[in-house]
Amino acid sequence: MTRYVMIADLNRCVGCQTCTAACKHTNATPPGVQWRKVLDVEWGEFPDVQRLFMPVGCQHCADPPCMHVCPSTATAQREDGIVTIDYDLCIGCSYCTVACPYQARYKVDKPEFAYGDIPTENEAIQFDERTMGVAQKCTFCSDRVDAGVEQGLTPGIDPEATPGCVNSCIADALSFGDIEDENSNVSELLAENTWFQMHAELGTEPGFYYLWDREAPEDMQGDMQE
Amino acid sequence: MSNTFGNALQTQWDWRAAGNFMFGGSGGALILMAAIASWPGTPNLVIGLAALVFVGLGLFLVWLEIGRPWRFLHVFFHPQTSWMTREASVSVLLFAATFTGVLMQAPSLLAAAGLLGFLFLYCQGRILKASKGIPAWREPAVVPLIISTGLAEGAAILSILLIVSNAAQGWLLYLLMGLLGWRLVSWRNYRQRMAANNAPPAALKVLDGIDRPQVILGNALPLLLLVTVIVQPALLAPLALLACILATAGGWLMKFTIIAKAAQVQGYALGKLQKGRPAIKPPVRREKDKFVFSRD
Repeated sequence: MTRYVMIADLNRCVGCQTCTAACKHTNATPPGVQWRKVLDVEWGEFPDVQRLFMPVGCQHCADPPCMHVCPSTATAQREDGIVTIDYDLCIGCSYCTVACPYQARYKVDKPEFAYGDIPTENEAIQFDERTMGVAQKCTFCSDRVDAGVEQGLTPGIDPEATPGCVNSCIADALSFGDIEDENSNVSELLAENTWFQMHAELGTEPGFYYLWDREAPEDMQGDMQE
Repeated sequence: MSNTFGNALQTQWDWRAAGNFMFGGSGGALILMAAIASWPGTPNLVIGLAALVFVGLGLFLVWLEIGRPWRFLHVFFHPQTSWMTREASVSVLLFAATFTGVLMQAPSLLAAAGLLGFLFLYCQGRILKASKGIPAWREPAVVPLIISTGLAEGAAILSILLIVSNAAQGWLLYLLMGLLGWRLVSWRNYRQRMAANNAPPAALKVLDGIDRPQVILGNALPLLLLVTVIVQPALLAPLALLACILATAGGWLMKFTIIAKAAQVQGYALGKLQKGRPAIKPPVRREKDKFVFSRD
């Protein structure tokens, strides 16, 4: 079987937000909606101050609380682990949003574009009225993944079958692949490095892994800019 | 100390969602209390309708909040795991049983309605507990808190309705005193569990802010007034009414605060470092639960 996951190497991420921009271009998300974003995190006290950049978004959990609470079954899970939203079923109750421990979900009630009322060419092409008033989030670019797989390509290896954020990363900090394949790129990265999952204690089994080499500092709170 | 960061206040569920927990919870419990109080008879039409108005108002407020209100029937599609679906389903049965029971003066239907009122309240507690993104809601101690305050509000509102119609029942005031005591214990336990589980500091601060008004005005003073009424029954009307109003307002304040003010999100955090290829937990793959319909 296949389960797609993403890996963010925090030792490599430089916080350039290229993945954020690539995601916005790929999915034409409205202002304020960032399916992929990079947190700018600081901790410690001067002069001993530390900083890291942390890509976040939907973690495509193996046991997603958003799916369990959804009253309409709009949120579902594919066989390959990608958590999906059926815009035609969703009622926009936002129960999934408050059930998600990763702040990955958004709801937009009316069309908004980057430069006011007139959409850019890309926004005009990609605007989908069905997304108004319903939940939306990162899809792991499932349309790209599916199209690539149909052509016999390997997601995470071949760019045409890989999420836009991963393709765009200038530091090779983001990786995507099948964790159930022992020889995949993501399996090898996890086997060779120390890593963590965010909020693993909540039992969601996130499909997003962070490569990192230091224990979490106790005083890491507050100083965060998105 | 919590090592999470970015614990912003969620804004998706605002006063409208809080209204469902405030009025819906009170209404569900009111039906239960009315069924108990009138057994083996049936409550009068006004009390039955008042309960339905409370529940209906709560559901109407939620309806105002959803992004696609004309798809509201989709809320019934996921009884397998969604407590929101279960709450909605119970509410339909609750309306049917209460309305029919009161109109037909059928005690068995009213008894069923009372049970459904309690189930409605229980669903509300579980809706919050399933909200893993909000530490103040997912805390398991929120379930007895929602149930205890709902029952106290239901008993208080029924007492108000009975007192103003000169049909006060002494045992109901004793029950209300017991429920207020339970609510107080549940509130204390909830706050202790929140602090012990590293809830966001902002959420704890908000809860601290209503602790005194909630404990003193919402619980202790009503208890004192009810004890006074027991000693001096002649003061029933003014003191018991005041006690019941305070008990109800205290519950509504508490629920409004938990839903709309103490609902800081989980935030972000680094996790515990691990080494080696992880043990893979396969997706739970709920695709088979998906409701399929023709879009032609």
